[in-house]
Amino acid sequence: MLDTVLNALILNAGYNAALVGIGAALLGLAAGCIGAFVTLRRRALTSDAMAHATLPGIALAFLVMAAAGGDGRNLAGLMLGAGLSAALGLIWLDRLSRTRLPEDAAIGATLSTFYGAGILLLTVIQNLALGRPAGLDSVLLGSTAGMLRGDAIILALGAAVTLCLLFILRRPLIMTAFDPGHARLMGVNTALMDRALLLLTLACVLLGLHVVGLILIVALLILPALAARLWSDRMETVALLAGAIGALAGYLGAALSVALPDLPTGPAIVMITFTLFAASALVAPGKGLLAQAAARARLRRALPTGPN
Amino acid sequence: MAGPTPIPMPETALAISGLTVAYGSVPVVATVSARFPKGSMTAVIGPNGAGKSTLLKAALGLIPAVTGEVRAFGDPVARAMPRIAYVPQRAAVDWEFPARVIDVVQMGLYRRLGLFGRLTPGLRAQAMAQLDRLGMADFATRQIGALSGGQQQRVFLARALAQEADLVILDEPFAGVDAATEAAIIAVLHGLRAEGRTVIAVHHDLSTVPAYFDRVLLLNRRVIAEGATAATFRRAVVAEAYGHQLLTAIPA
Amino acid sequence: MGAEFVPLTLPPLVIATLAALACAAPGNFLLLRRQALLGDAISHVVLPGLVAAFLLTGSTAPPVMLAGALAAAALSALMIEAIRRSTNADPGAAMGATFTTMFAGGVLLLELSGASGTHLDVDHALYGSLEALIWLDATGWSSLLDPAALAGLPPELPQLALITAAVLATIALLWRPLTIATFDEGFAATQGIPVRLLSAALTGLTALAAVAAFSAVGSILTIAMLVCPPATARLLTDSLPRQVGLSLLCAAAAAILGTLAAGYLPLALGLPFAVSAAGAIAATSGLFLALAATFGPRRHPLQGAA
Repeated sequence: MLDTVLNALILNAGYNAALVGIGAALLGLAAGCIGAFVTLRRRALTSDAMAHATLPGIALAFLVMAAAGGDGRNLAGLMLGAGLSAALGLIWLDRLSRTRLPEDAAIGATLSTFYGAGILLLTVIQNLALGRPAGLDSVLLGSTAGMLRGDAIILALGAAVTLCLLFILRRPLIMTAFDPGHARLMGVNTALMDRALLLLTLACVLLGLHVVGLILIVALLILPALAARLWSDRMETVALLAGAIGALAGYLGAALSVALPDLPTGPAIVMITFTLFAASALVAPGKGLLAQAAARARLRRALPTGPN
Repeated sequence: MAGPTPIPMPETALAISGLTVAYGSVPVVATVSARFPKGSMTAVIGPNGAGKSTLLKAALGLIPAVTGEVRAFGDPVARAMPRIAYVPQRAAVDWEFPARVIDVVQMGLYRRLGLFGRLTPGLRAQAMAQLDRLGMADFATRQIGALSGGQQQRVFLARALAQEADLVILDEPFAGVDAATEAAIIAVLHGLRAEGRTVIAVHHDLSTVPAYFDRVLLLNRRVIAEGATAATFRRAVVAEAYGHQLLTAIPA
Repeated sequence: MGAEFVPLTLPPLVIATLAALACAAPGNFLLLRRQALLGDAISHVVLPGLVAAFLLTGSTAPPVMLAGALAAAALSALMIEAIRRSTNADPGAAMGATFTTMFAGGVLLLELSGASGTHLDVDHALYGSLEALIWLDATGWSSLLDPAALAGLPPELPQLALITAAVLATIALLWRPLTIATFDEGFAATQGIPVRLLSAALTGLTALAAVAAFSAVGSILTIAMLVCPPATARLLTDSLPRQVGLSLLCAAAAAILGTLAAGYLPLALGLPFAVSAAGAIAATSGLFLALAATFGPRRHPLQGAA
């Protein structure tokens, strides 16, 4: 077993496994970089709601494509449906946020309602016997087992385009996240930037459908950013570091799940990402737990005890 | 029982000694010691970020302190809590909470009611009387979210009054309130002092310090000065806390 | 509704209703404390809690499952706090990181340990399995009075009835301090209300409700029952007692209408099958919220004071 794992890690487990590993690494890179901005702008849970809101669109796209006689699992078609449905979810979330409900409740309600509708449609697909239900199940928790060459190419191209856009927009995005009022004064269209960031996030969600799945993709957005934040205070460095951490986790997770077919890909990637985060939280200089404990102990010693 | 005539020394309502509070590893206030005599009315003043609210919250045990001891009426503060009323900053709560004005004032009766105690007509009248003292009786059944900032502050004070506490601690009671509310609140606080109760308030408007308060505690992460307003509230002393950009309103 | 109603539809209907009630009651206080997503977090971490408890003890007895869920909820609370402190992240990010990680851990545990096959499996967590909770001993309405048939009720039903009763009773018992601490925690602490304990109790009740709901709607859809009915009621009234009452009403209505719609609507449309009742319940509760957000008399944020 150790052998299979090692082979997968060094891209030696066959063409398909190498494809999956590289695809997942690119996804992790994109998700990590974009996640750094998402976390900075405090949109972590909004992106979680958006990810869950893709499900009804995916199911409907499957039904439409199958009814039209095509392959219900066509990735481009599923992505289109997912994108439309996520947009609907965001519009709905925005509407709920305009009521007196706190934002977190609006997020929870949107997430669960859309997910519920999606689950309902998935059972329709299962019952209509339009396809092996497993084909669509993989969008929930990710499964690289059935990944095709075309899928990997879409993934690589998508990640590249997303990262380019992020690179171009990085300055206004940082300004919007740091101080929207000031950014507007400087001529940045912050509403547009917020929408652009959500769009980039959506791109990550869509690219990650078959790798991490829509339930867990938010972890691949947030955890690398939180980890990177512990190592650096400079936004550009944080984003790059987060991308590197995401890429490493994506690669390792995908390779492991190729070697161990029982291992679901999404959860594997998430656990590895978390491990990288936990290690950072422990040992990072300055903000790590060890460094903090030492600083506290110094403060306690420096204080005189009792009344002054 | 006829004892010897007590020595006329002012009793202490609240005594803080060596209190240090830190957020993370950064100390917000360091080794603060202060004494608040019974029946006094003290303004806690100092620049933004001086740790005024933090000091009072830590003194009440609402946030943990690193070191230090706090006593109220001679007892550890936790044991004396039934005699203390605390009025947080208005912004500390969500005013859209589904409650009416009278519901909030009745929260001040909790110690007497407990889980199942019946809200007797007498207690209801007590709560209404406190609202009346602040000129808010007509608003009793109003939704709290529909109040102005000044009215909200009066409701908060009415809730504290309902506790009938001997020590009332207020965090910026005059922040963002209208002149009428400020006058109503200060009248009630002076009334409390006349009854022999003790008042401590975080205060921002330096120009009203001499008129409102008989004592000041000047704070900037540590105690700069503490004592009677006439003796302590001097330009040179305040300048040390605020850093020399000052109002001419303060006596030299 | 034919003869199969009592054995096939009634038990899921009752179970879904009980679970919805157990979730909606604490959900009201989570909503007002702006902790609606604590419910989200807890409903996710119930899965690893249940799996770990099962793997450690080999038992799926309710007390064991409950202990596992509570331990997982406590662990997640600690983790959220630790992440928030160490990274200065906003609470949303800390929460999202925690519950997705723990959910992923639960799925991995299930898949790798082979614990799948008991009523704990990944599909169950994702879809819920209300339809599986049927009462084969029943022959019709008369079975409700037949002790022999009643003995064959799905064991989840009496367990849930007990849990729901316990949750509702605890909320009633703690009503006064819970209300004060929810409105103004600092003030509550000065009144001698043990605010931390109370907060932990609310988390515990939510975990209890989430365990109850897990058997009905699975992990992720539990959040619908925790959030949607209280949110709907919040847009309808300004009185807390009325809000809680309305939320219970909404929860029960969503559970009943959702279960019935999932069972009978496709048939009425000529499709020879039923769809996921859990999904239908979540969608129905979302529909109620949509109606309240569009027409509710108290939907607008207050303008008065800032």
